[in-house]
Amino acid sequence: MLLIHCPYCAMERPEIEFRHAGEAHVARAPDPSQLDDETWAEFLYFRSNPKGVHAERWRHVHGCGRFFNALRDTVSDRLLVTYKAGEVRPELPPQEHSR
Amino acid sequence: MASVDAAVSAGGGRDAGALVRAAAPAARFVFRGRDAAVATVASALGTPLSLEPCRASQSVGRIALWLGPDEWLLIAPRSEGGLVASVLAKALGGVPHALVDVSDRNSALIVSGPAVEDVLSAGCPLDLDQAAFPVGMCTRTLFAKAEIVLWRTAPAEFRVEVARSFLPYVEGVLAVAVRDGG
Repeated sequence: MLLIHCPYCAMERPEIEFRHAGEAHVARAPDPSQLDDETWAEFLYFRSNPKGVHAERWRHVHGCGRFFNALRDTVSDRLLVTYKAGEVRPELPPQEHSR
Repeated sequence: MASVDAAVSAGGGRDAGALVRAAAPAARFVFRGRDAAVATVASALGTPLSLEPCRASQSVGRIALWLGPDEWLLIAPRSEGGLVASVLAKALGGVPHALVDVSDRNSALIVSGPAVEDVLSAGCPLDLDQAAFPVGMCTRTLFAKAEIVLWRTAPAEFRVEVARSFLPYVEGVLAVAVRDGG
């Protein structure tokens, strides 16, 4: 079982208390009616799906209940860092995601 | 509560690894709000609300369990339920907040005894050693398939708050854990 650091509880908690909630930092346009169909479809349906470091939302659903963001390496399934919702994506030191 | 009695006798039959009993009837509220509302509730309730994650606070029988950064479970004796509800509602008059009476949503069990950590570990994935889960720590977590709020009230005693509909299930899993010595 993975141990995931919840930035609100400030401790590592077992994976089964959490739910994955899709890619992070996908901003909704302030006025979607002004968008053309292609841009709107891009927002709704298209995700980056990288091989490597991925920013994604998680929710500590059976704990504090809060959404937060995590950087996870999709190759190794290691959670590299977690941070509170609304914070900017942190820079990783190069050695942490060189694998 | 026949099933609680069964759990007690299962543990009491041998040299008592752990005992499970029902907690006294309680009034419960889920409070959510920001700084101003938190201070208002603390003074109206007479109990400070912990701002440190996963910590409980209590005074004069009124308990506040930290559930999230803007969410607390407030517990008071059942007889004070009406009083607490009206005092809080009055104090919070002009302050944005959410206050929900969940007195009958939850039931509570008290699990105690020398083997209490082993018994709870039968269903709870957290590290329950005192170094990781000290007295006064509380958190929402899982017990087998049920969501619970777990609070360590003493080195060898926990309070388990569980949704009423999951109570027979949690009692059953606990009874098996007590019988098997954790």
